[in-house]
Amino acid sequence: MLTFTEIQSRLERVLPTVQKPGRYTGGELNQVVKDWDTVNTKVALVFPDIYDLGMSNLGLAILYDQLNQREEVLAERAYLPWADMEAAMRENEIPLYSLETKHPLTDFDIIGISLPYETLYTSTLNALDLAGIPLFSAERGPEHPLIIAGGHSTFNPEPMHAFIDAFVIGEGEGAIQEIVDVVQTHQQSADSGERRALLHDLSKIWGVYVPSLYEAHYHDDGTFSSVEKLIEDAPLPIDKRIEATLPPPTTRFIVPYVDTVHNRAPIEIMRGCTRGCRFCHAGMITRPVRERTVDEVIEAIEEAIRHTGFEEIGLLSLSSSDYTHVVELIEKVHERFGEEHLSVSLPSLRIESVSVDLMDALKGGRKGGFTLAPEAATEKMRAIINKPVSTDQLLETAREIYSRGWTTIKLYFMIGHPSETLEDVQAIADLCKAVVAEGRKVIGGRAKVNAGVSTFMPKPHTPFQWVPCDSIEQIKAKQDLLKEELRGRGLKLNWNNPYETQLEAWLSRGDRRLAEVVYQAWKRGAKFDAWGEHFNYEAWMDAFEAVGLDLQFYTHRQRPLDEVFPWEHLSTTLRKKFLTQDYMWSLEGRMRIDCREQCFACGILPTFSGLRRENPGDVWQCPEVSQGRVKSIKEQDLLPVISDQ
Amino acid sequence: MRLKITFAKTKAMRYTSHLDLQRTWERTLRRARLPLAYSQGFNPHPKINLGAALPLGFTSQGEMIEVWLEEQVPLREIESTLTPVLPPGLKIQEIQETETRLPKLQTSIQSTKYLVNLSQPIPELTKRIDELLSHSSIIRQRRVKKKRKDYDLRPLILGLVAEGDDRLHMHLSALPGATGRPDEVLKALDIDPLTAHIHRSTIIQKDS
Repeated sequence: MLTFTEIQSRLERVLPTVQKPGRYTGGELNQVVKDWDTVNTKVALVFPDIYDLGMSNLGLAILYDQLNQREEVLAERAYLPWADMEAAMRENEIPLYSLETKHPLTDFDIIGISLPYETLYTSTLNALDLAGIPLFSAERGPEHPLIIAGGHSTFNPEPMHAFIDAFVIGEGEGAIQEIVDVVQTHQQSADSGERRALLHDLSKIWGVYVPSLYEAHYHDDGTFSSVEKLIEDAPLPIDKRIEATLPPPTTRFIVPYVDTVHNRAPIEIMRGCTRGCRFCHAGMITRPVRERTVDEVIEAIEEAIRHTGFEEIGLLSLSSSDYTHVVELIEKVHERFGEEHLSVSLPSLRIESVSVDLMDALKGGRKGGFTLAPEAATEKMRAIINKPVSTDQLLETAREIYSRGWTTIKLYFMIGHPSETLEDVQAIADLCKAVVAEGRKVIGGRAKVNAGVSTFMPKPHTPFQWVPCDSIEQIKAKQDLLKEELRGRGLKLNWNNPYETQLEAWLSRGDRRLAEVVYQAWKRGAKFDAWGEHFNYEAWMDAFEAVGLDLQFYTHRQRPLDEVFPWEHLSTTLRKKFLTQDYMWSLEGRMRIDCREQCFACGILPTFSGLRRENPGDVWQCPEVSQGRVKSIKEQDLLPVISDQ
Repeated sequence: MRLKITFAKTKAMRYTSHLDLQRTWERTLRRARLPLAYSQGFNPHPKINLGAALPLGFTSQGEMIEVWLEEQVPLREIESTLTPVLPPGLKIQEIQETETRLPKLQTSIQSTKYLVNLSQPIPELTKRIDELLSHSSIIRQRRVKKKRKDYDLRPLILGLVAEGDDRLHMHLSALPGATGRPDEVLKALDIDPLTAHIHRSTIIQKDS
């Protein structure tokens, strides 16, 4: 393997020949460079896509910040090169290297990979390959870095089980520190050469899943039967990790020289969501809701501006308008930073909680589009997905938005929800037109609607984990209808390639057998699956054939209610009974109210009652717990009905 | 208050494009919390202007940027607040207050000087230069909006001399629509620009 100085000198030759070389140089403001030779434990944080995307990943920014606060630890970054740079690197035998010091990834003790979505799987293999690291966990020894991964998609890590040594299920802040501790203990101990002993010790950390300590079994019909522990004290199930209260926000962000996707300072104001939309993976796996205080957020913005100079702050959460003190927060931001030309973006607003006050408060910033996500356009579909928004309310909100000076409203919808018909899809087009018509009344011909229509894919750990996804033909028919209808002045439509969304469908509810498919697809050239121009459907089809698996089994099969799923040993701590009941209710068109109104005993509080008791008050949006019991909840009388529509 | 900041763009900043450099300066000035002036209108932008664009990969000293501030701030204070918040790769050489009525920086630039270090010595470099300069025109192509267009490089070369066999000094025109590129001069000399390190040493303005 090349040394970092050799890598540096080869880069000098290569960089002038590639597009956007600033992606590959490092050296940005606020990067942390430590003395390589005196630091004990070296961690490379990898986002398996290009710099432009990886630099916008808040999770890795937090881990980078937290790890580098430890004196005896260093964390550096690596991203995948774009196709031109990859070719140049392979030709010049430059391995994947860290941006800070240009060390090859093989020189690190730990490689931490962020896997927020499934379309990064083949690129993960590509990253390991470019780094010169054996892809399969079983082929790696003590001379190789420990490969760990985390992120939302690892709540079902099984399709990647063969390549990753240990997964973090849930939140990473605390877990990564303990992983580093265990690695350090093993570095000092006599049997440091023993990889199995290290993995065994890692499995004792709350939230860490070491797949090689388990074996999966299947029924004759191909369905999953059980997971078996290979050593007695391996945990089963593996409960997800959470932070009882959100740690102090990261504010010393690296400021990129080249443009990136979200070129701004992201401040997380709240984690989790109380709404319970049935399609929403994030809403199910990130419970409970924990909020930061207004003062903490304001302080964080102040620090972020001072450290970075970013002209935009993103106040992030799954549902920002549900943040308890959202209006107060926005008003305070304007009061304190109004003179500084700071633009504040508040993504993920919910129609029913966007008040006139909030719109007035947001009005001060720079005006882009205003985004709302009704997801569905008919009462029937809204009841099925549990997102109760009335059309009247939406039109009223749209009118208010246009009248406050916004000219474009972005509307997000999803097609492909269970039981959806072409009439429901037609209603999406009608609703978009109705919104533009409202806009015309207020501001005339300038009013625009951009409809972003994505395709629903059933996700594990959600009330829709049983349902088949739409076939490519069904999706095409629905998209064709929208393309036909959403033409004309003021209307714009964005949609996803139906073949690309299928990939998400088979990987998100896949089992261990799919690891071989991922590998075979990568061998056949699959990488950058989320990039239209790189997506290689053929490679995946060939891979399924080579491995002898039927992809329909994973995508289009209605799973029976009593099926055991290959991801159930990774516990979100939501009870299966809760999810089953919610699914049954969706079939009946019954809705659940926001769980801040009433607790439905999803399973979070029984599991984390101790943590809740130690953190009383408004920090969590769950009810308080006394003497180990959740107040006023009996399992049997759950679930008030708010609509039978 | 109108400022002209002369700065060096070095190693870490080499691959930052003109547009990205503009944003980098905006953020640097914001970190310093200087009272930046913004344009009026729907989407206010800070009033800052970079001088002659520097091609990707080149280093430079003597780059120029103009900045408008809302109020008068002592130059010494500007320098002391800016210096600690500069990103790696930017170095301030001089800060001057300029006359607000002067034309924009971009229109005042006349020519630029480059120092080129070659990684491999070229035998009889001076002879090659003399041969090139003996032509009354050097027709080369450049891409303008995806179309190839012929242009004459010769009148854009105001000066070209060798120092030994591995170093060149160039003085090239930088007027609007008549800007010479040092990598083009190297190609005309049959030298691969990838084997050269190109450094801009001076930007020359009309008055100076």
